Amino acid sequence: MMKNLNIKLIALFIASAAIISCEEDFDNDIQAGGVYTSGEADFSKYVTVGNSLTAGYADGALYLNGQLNSYPNIIAGQMQFAGGGEFNQPLVNDNTGGLLANGVQILPNRLVLASDGMGAPAGPARYTGAAPTTDIINKVTGPLNNFGVPGARVFHLAAPGYGSLAGVSTGTANPYYTRFSSSETSTVIGDAAAANATFFTLWIGNNDILGYATSGGTNANPLTGEITTADDHNDTGNIMPQTYRSNDITNNGVFNQTYTGLVGALTTNGAKGALVNIPDVTSIPYFTTVPPNPIPLDGPTAAFVNSNYAQYNGGLQLAAANGFITPAEAAQRTINFSAGQNFVVIVDNDLTDISGSPIPLPNWRQTTSNDLIVFPAAGVLGTLADPSNPASVIGVGFPVANELVLTTTEQARVSNAQQSYNATIEALAAANGLAFVDARAALAQVATTGVPFNGGVLTSTYATGGGFSLDGVHPTARGYAFTANAIIDAVNAQYGATLPKVDIGAYSTIQLSDSVQ
Amino acid sequence: MNKIKVFVVLCLISTFAFAGGYRVSTQSNKQLAMGHTGVAVVNSADVLFFNPAGIVHLENKLNISAGGFGVFSDVKFQSEEFGTFSETDSPTGTPVYLYATYKVTEDFAVGLGVYTPYGSNVTWPTDWSGSHLVNEIELSAIFIQPTLSYQLFDSVSIGGGPILAIGGVNFNRNASRTLTDEEGDRSNIEIDDAGVTAWGWSAGLMFTPDDHFTLGFNYRSLINIESTEGTATFDSFPTSSLTPANGETGFTATLPLPAELTVGVSYKWEKLLLAFDYNRTMWSEYNSLDLEFGNGVTSINPRNYKDSSTWRLGAQYAATEKLTVRAGYYFDESPVQSGYFAPETPRNDSDGYTFGLSYQVTPKLSIDGSILYLKFQEITESYDFFSDTGSPVPAPFEGTYKSSAFIAGLGVTYSM
Repeated sequence: MMKNLNIKLIALFIASAAIISCEEDFDNDIQAGGVYTSGEADFSKYVTVGNSLTAGYADGALYLNGQLNSYPNIIAGQMQFAGGGEFNQPLVNDNTGGLLANGVQILPNRLVLASDGMGAPAGPARYTGAAPTTDIINKVTGPLNNFGVPGARVFHLAAPGYGSLAGVSTGTANPYYTRFSSSETSTVIGDAAAANATFFTLWIGNNDILGYATSGGTNANPLTGEITTADDHNDTGNIMPQTYRSNDITNNGVFNQTYTGLVGALTTNGAKGALVNIPDVTSIPYFTTVPPNPIPLDGPTAAFVNSNYAQYNGGLQLAAANGFITPAEAAQRTINFSAGQNFVVIVDNDLTDISGSPIPLPNWRQTTSNDLIVFPAAGVLGTLADPSNPASVIGVGFPVANELVLTTTEQARVSNAQQSYNATIEALAAANGLAFVDARAALAQVATTGVPFNGGVLTSTYATGGGFSLDGVHPTARGYAFTANAIIDAVNAQYGATLPKVDIGAYSTIQLSDSVQ
Repeated sequence: MNKIKVFVVLCLISTFAFAGGYRVSTQSNKQLAMGHTGVAVVNSADVLFFNPAGIVHLENKLNISAGGFGVFSDVKFQSEEFGTFSETDSPTGTPVYLYATYKVTEDFAVGLGVYTPYGSNVTWPTDWSGSHLVNEIELSAIFIQPTLSYQLFDSVSIGGGPILAIGGVNFNRNASRTLTDEEGDRSNIEIDDAGVTAWGWSAGLMFTPDDHFTLGFNYRSLINIESTEGTATFDSFPTSSLTPANGETGFTATLPLPAELTVGVSYKWEKLLLAFDYNRTMWSEYNSLDLEFGNGVTSINPRNYKDSSTWRLGAQYAATEKLTVRAGYYFDESPVQSGYFAPETPRNDSDGYTFGLSYQVTPKLSIDGSILYLKFQEITESYDFFSDTGSPVPAPFEGTYKSSAFIAGLGVTYSM
């Protein structure tokens, strides 16, 4: 009896040990499902179409961690809480970036922020710590969800042969799309539509104005390097995009028609989705880092420089008196330096060309506070155009080249096209019951007031603002996370979903490295 | 049987438990089973830890007890705001103890105790969302305490002794929320030190007015573990003069093992013994974990712990001639204040439920078993004192924590 009781008590002890050792779950366990919902949307197959922004391009290259932090990949991760499925991207091999074609490098490595070796930042430089290994002759296999193609313009997505390997060397195809095109004649939109999405995002059109903007409204001949003025096809009326040169502005009608076709292809099976509009070029540090008045001069130097422009200024008055230019243009073109920060002398091809007149003056003027000097000019301004001539300081004694300035006239062309594209995008979203993502407003907020987040304020200040990568155009991982949140907000609002946003402070910004050339 | 297997598996994939802070109240199987009361309980040589004044009350000349525990606990973290979640996956903690006492005369006894009152062993998934605060931490401290006890008056005994503490630490965390090397591997700092020694003391008083009541008082002093000779390893930093170089360097840090004051009472009536203890742990000593590295980097981590209390209740009943059963409860107040909830010691207030028994194998030898289930309320808390390098704005790490802990122990008691 006693022994029996002993055994029973010991058994009870062991049993209680077993019972209480069970782990406990959260009252509202986010892994259990049901916490986040997809609303009227179905996230089971998410497909995304677009350009470099959709691909996760950053720091002047497409590299692995950039892709892993692409906004579609971030969104897909959050969709997994609400029925989202696998999300496959055409990943490159490495974090060096750069592309090879049959072993020969055709696109450069990523940018990193190099230091001076003594604890101070030096500036962006191409990373050389490891060789690029992604060769476009190796096709990505398996199903894909991300059809973002760096460099693609709206009409490229519907262009057969844009992923032709043979077309890369002749300049008719895109090496990024070549990696995963389904055939030599396939189209990006055709491949994306074949993925049969239940949900999609489309962000395209940036490059239809961006090339014009970053090049200051010029095209460089790929063979000779000769720089010519780029076309705004809203001025030319050219609606044949196959004739466009790389930095021309796409005609608004072409944009509207092509974009409508893209949305049609993606919604054929009833898929829901989100359309993202085009941000302002003034939101990106490529145009806002170098101020229009970057040159400090003291009084005597300014007076000396002015004396060198006396003849040009006098010529302008003469030209105006003779009716070759208006008095207003003469005033606009008059060059005057003073003590303090000075606007720079630039070439502006939109000024009246009087080089063939009896008063043959060059197309020069000084910048105003509304002109945008592009980021690469930072390395040129203040240097000598002619090393043997100390008076040839670029921006002062020597004009800044046309391709380094996006003038107010050029900005107006960009802005006109952008507004038309954005009107098309917003109207198509409304007409098709799709979420409309106002990326323009979101990025404008980053650029103006900055956006507070857990641990800082996201701004578009170059290198330190956190929003933009070292190429000055593409977002950082943190910038992409911010974009993902903007899209999630719009999707949640449109479809009554409750996808969680991500903590953008957990996403990286720029990469430091002294492994550079 | 399958269910038990399931439990075993569930437990094996979980972590280490501690009481408030990194105090681990597992200094006796008999007493853990009674809610870890003991300052006024004379059961075995274990009283050397709970109250050094008690060893002179032990009936036998020589008393030895030894035991150990498996500490299985699990911490889950989730942020509903951001959809992030993580769960610890730590090795099982194994606190141990050994006590021996010898009665030299009827009113004088000596003893030696070896026990592990502090420790922590938390392993989060590497690079989880709180990895800038901790990836992994392993703290351990062994206390060695020679003890004297003297019966001062008929009803009053005193006791005490010096404590030699031997501490070790291994702590790994990422350098920031985002810093990586060129391959995208998170920059990481690990500190490691072992065999750090420091001295403290313990003293107690026991008052036994009659055959039923015992009152106890014990104070264990603060011991600062000052680490100066360990190594810090900087790993996966980019090749840049803007960041620290990879490789090993030295570091200094001080971790307080706080003083603890205990008062308690027990009441014995035939086969039943009831005990109540109150602990006050002087956690306010733990202001900040400051790391100064040999390469000039410093890391200041405010902790701002507060003194905390634990209320313990325990009961023991001699059920049969050979079997004694025990049960207990305690409420353990966390020393962690709101806004300082760091995932390296993610402890909120907890309720401890304890059970146990002793089986008298022979008149001299008994086997002691104990179980503790520590129940934590789900809590949403944050650590507000981290800032990314160069950012003037702090980046609070906030989320919901759910902890559970299960401890099972086994020991032997030998008397002659």
